[in-house]
Amino acid sequence: MHRDVPARGPGRGRVSAVTGPGADQHPQADHEPAAASRHEALTRPVLSDLEVGAEVARARYAVRRSDLVRYAGAGGDFNPIHWDEAFARSVGLPDVLAHGMFTMATAVRVVTDWCRDPGAVLAYSVRFTKPVVVDHDNGATIEVVATVGALDPEAGTARIDLAATSAGVGVLGKARATVRLPPR
Amino acid sequence: MAVNAAFVGRTYPPDGVYEVSREKIREFAEAVAGADRGAFAEPGAVAPVDPVHTDGEAARALGYDDVVAPVTFAVIVAQRSDARLVRDPEAGIELGRILHGEQGFVHHRPITAGMRLIATLHVDSVREAGGHAMVGTRSEIATEAGEPVCTATSLLVVRGADA
Repeated sequence: MHRDVPARGPGRGRVSAVTGPGADQHPQADHEPAAASRHEALTRPVLSDLEVGAEVARARYAVRRSDLVRYAGAGGDFNPIHWDEAFARSVGLPDVLAHGMFTMATAVRVVTDWCRDPGAVLAYSVRFTKPVVVDHDNGATIEVVATVGALDPEAGTARIDLAATSAGVGVLGKARATVRLPPR
Repeated sequence: MAVNAAFVGRTYPPDGVYEVSREKIREFAEAVAGADRGAFAEPGAVAPVDPVHTDGEAARALGYDDVVAPVTFAVIVAQRSDARLVRDPEAGIELGRILHGEQGFVHHRPITAGMRLIATLHVDSVREAGGHAMVGTRSEIATEAGEPVCTATSLLVVRGADA
């Protein structure tokens, strides 16, 4: 419900966010072997195996406009900047933009595919720094790399930091998920 | 138009119940899983979704009462909650000028099908920066019985007139 209609250039810094995410993963086109897919080994990560700074997973997700239409319905955000190119351009945007919440949801998939339990993500927050621009013909790609940001053995949690980029530009800032994991 | 700074500290009590259904969890999970772009995929087919979102047995095997919601599912409840502020004429927020600056979720317990959720909205901050107004909101999402479920925070950036 918010309409995030941005204006012409995104404001400044983190203010800019409008957009969103996109995402879908495809087994085919864009799936990289490093991504911990649920189709791969059934082992779940444990805290004692993790080191701060280590990469734990990465993936690439292809996004098409039809994905944004589906997300608009599921998430209840029908702002036309996410599906109507003419409208988006009329308010000064370069093209259709993914919902910020779609990008946020897409980025965390790399974490839930890795830890294999969506309920283990105790906290998750992001800043929307740049929009994901979704082209009519080619869509967009969101690349996500997950690294260990911090470990808290007492709490039994790891902070996983996410770097999300689209067209070579970072689209999320301070994207962090706190994940509960078995000690060993 | 300036956002009304006097709204800081304002609270909106729950104004209805959001009932979490299995089908909504499936729909949302499929929407964030994206489309199936395999060579033989039919139009509209979705990528495989983790069965904890769609299969009660799979969810119970992990210890949940029923199918469990994706990490960001609570945004549905949070944005309905935020809408009360955004649509409040005295708040001075113009719908078409809002950008989503930040979003956060702290989960106190998993959201599973069958839960009946209520949300209390808090306006935590209103400040000006670079010609924009930054409005920090927090929805405390709980069960009808009052058990905490999720704290959802948003930073709404309201573009200034010339921005």
